[in-house]
Amino acid sequence: MAATERVDVVRAVRDAARAGVIGFALFLPLVGFLTAVNGRNELYLATRWPLLFSLVAAIVVARFVYAFTFARWLTQRTQRPVAAPSAARAWMRRWFVPFAIGFVVVYPAIILLTAGTGGALKWIDNFGIQILIYVMLGWGLNIVVGLAGLLDLGYVAFYAVGAYSYALLAKNFGFTFWILLPLAGILSSFWGVMLGFPVLRLRGDYLAIVTLAFGEIIRLIIINWVDLTNGYAGITGIPRPSFFGIPFNAEDNGFDAVFGLEFSPLHRTIFLYYVILALALLTAFVTVRLRRLPVGRAWEALREDEIACRSLGINTTNTKLTAFAMGAMFAGFAGSFFAARQGFISPESFTFLESATILSIVVLGGMGSQVGVAIAAIVMIGGTEIMRELDFLKQIFGPTFDPTQYRMLLFGLAMVLIMIWRPRGLISTREPSVFLRERKRISADLVKEGHG
Amino acid sequence: MEVFLQQLINGITLGSIYGLIAIGYTMVFGIIGMVNFAHGDVFMVSAFIALIAFLLLTTWLGITSIALALFIVLIVAMAFTSLVNWVIERVAYRPLRGSFRLAPLISAIGMSIFLSNFVQVAQGPRNKSIPPMIQGDFVLLNRNDYAVTLSMKQLIIWGVTAVLLAAFWYLVAKTQLGRAQRACEQDQKMAALVGVDVDRTISITFVIAAALAAVAGTMYLMYYGVVSFADGFVPGVKAFTAAVLGGIGSLPGAVVGGILIGLIETFWSAYFSIDYKDVAAFSVLAITLIFLPQGLFGRPDVEKV
Repeated sequence: MAATERVDVVRAVRDAARAGVIGFALFLPLVGFLTAVNGRNELYLATRWPLLFSLVAAIVVARFVYAFTFARWLTQRTQRPVAAPSAARAWMRRWFVPFAIGFVVVYPAIILLTAGTGGALKWIDNFGIQILIYVMLGWGLNIVVGLAGLLDLGYVAFYAVGAYSYALLAKNFGFTFWILLPLAGILSSFWGVMLGFPVLRLRGDYLAIVTLAFGEIIRLIIINWVDLTNGYAGITGIPRPSFFGIPFNAEDNGFDAVFGLEFSPLHRTIFLYYVILALALLTAFVTVRLRRLPVGRAWEALREDEIACRSLGINTTNTKLTAFAMGAMFAGFAGSFFAARQGFISPESFTFLESATILSIVVLGGMGSQVGVAIAAIVMIGGTEIMRELDFLKQIFGPTFDPTQYRMLLFGLAMVLIMIWRPRGLISTREPSVFLRERKRISADLVKEGHG
Repeated sequence: MEVFLQQLINGITLGSIYGLIAIGYTMVFGIIGMVNFAHGDVFMVSAFIALIAFLLLTTWLGITSIALALFIVLIVAMAFTSLVNWVIERVAYRPLRGSFRLAPLISAIGMSIFLSNFVQVAQGPRNKSIPPMIQGDFVLLNRNDYAVTLSMKQLIIWGVTAVLLAAFWYLVAKTQLGRAQRACEQDQKMAALVGVDVDRTISITFVIAAALAAVAGTMYLMYYGVVSFADGFVPGVKAFTAAVLGGIGSLPGAVVGGILIGLIETFWSAYFSIDYKDVAAFSVLAITLIFLPQGLFGRPDVEKV
């Protein structure tokens, strides 16, 4: 036993040294040197040896520690028997969803009590509303990717269509939010069908790339059609939603005056929070119900085997188009909510990065698992938002250290690490919609991911 | 006619750069069936490495011969970028091999976000511009006060691309390594059974892809004289378009596709509108895939039960 331990140490040291050498070479150009600009606007090179060497030292230490912790855990993981779920776990599974819904409903009240009216705005707006928008987008895309198995990398296009529909119609024709919300959904789902038609025959990665291309084309058109969309500058002064006709302002006919409250901008934020919560829950509810309808069953059948589907007489064209239309419709709702909440939209908000973020939320959560998608949205979006709050790190690393810089860096890294840790997503079981006598959870490995 | 000729020259130059990147996409897709989303960012990283090497050589070591400097920059960029891509494959893609299809795709998208933000944090968000490395034009034709010129830079890009493609073609078509690679492309299990080291072959594929991307990155830096952390995505998507247009998995297809995309882009900018040049490139991608899913040189994908 002692002999193997010693060999382990020798090996770990050797591995750590190797990682150090590779890390040194890897970071030598980009971390060791800094291309800075001098007074005459010329580039010159500065060196950052201390940074480079501390980075390499960190790699060596991390590799050494890895050999004794994670490496062992990884090898043991395959040998460990699968334990039957304990009673506590089963209880948690049973009550997790009702508890979570209850929590998000009372969330603004909790925040108001803990953070007070001053600090509450940030927590409800940046965390609550922001995360719920992504939860809703994730659930919408989950219909297309998770249920129908159609890989869509241009989902943000429909989000953009919804946002611009609301912004343009509200500004130019003066329609209100509650009329335009369904309208934006309908317009988006039209686009879903229109862009869905040409790609019906495509499968897998090809479909992903064409949807990516469509997403980019729509964004480029928004940028370049300046007469309509005001291009890069975006649309400002978009009308904000009202409380079923009562506007949120400090005037006599405003929300606060009508209900006899003291005026506070927080009321609108709380209202918006409940609107997006209702929209997100609507998405989830519709998805759950649709899975039991013939069209939902057809989507999942399509994902499992397209050829078998066709031979059983399912119209694959209609099935795919309804999936695209449904997914696009929810993105349209979310988009028009986004435009109404921000009051300002520009093409910056609809880049490929957004599509990638939404898709990664769906895949990281576990395709087809709604709870998983919601958890992934909280982890990824909440995680990057919380990076804005880490000002105390300035005291450790000095005043020039800016944690917000590292948000997207860590976001990308987290995507890679979660995929390596759980390739099938955070939630690794799925609920079958059809079963014989007894409903059982099934492993995600048994669920196909679709070809198209 | 003069405008046409000039745009032809510009288009082929741009297309050569796309073609070099496209080979990386097509090889990786051919061997492990994965769209390597991070490849465009690897290209951007290589341009930064080239920039740093160039500054090191000219301002610190005082090398005045541009030809020598360019040669060294090219070698340095290829070496370091290969290392970067080798590590990426080991860390982000190898653990997911044999896993389900979307996992490596998401991992690659994550890597792409990581790389561009890493460069932004490490080197700053500003555009990095250098004074023109190489000057000099050849006037090919001068008529109606419109001179058709072929610049020295363009000539170098054509030359370097042609030489490297020839070397690379030899590598894939004639050597043991190339044979192993094609074997893995057809059937990894069978290749492993007859003694091909599949992991090593895949690693080498990533190294070669990165080396060619580094050539493209160096040429890009030399041609435009400016690079920023966000420059990876659009060339990356266009190069992928080129790979798909040529037929993914086909090496000559990637080069032809690259040149076609370069030509479409420059001609569209010259004759229609420069604002919509990317729309033109993406539309070509969509139209090709819809009507000719296997691309120009690809094998048709047979659907089996």
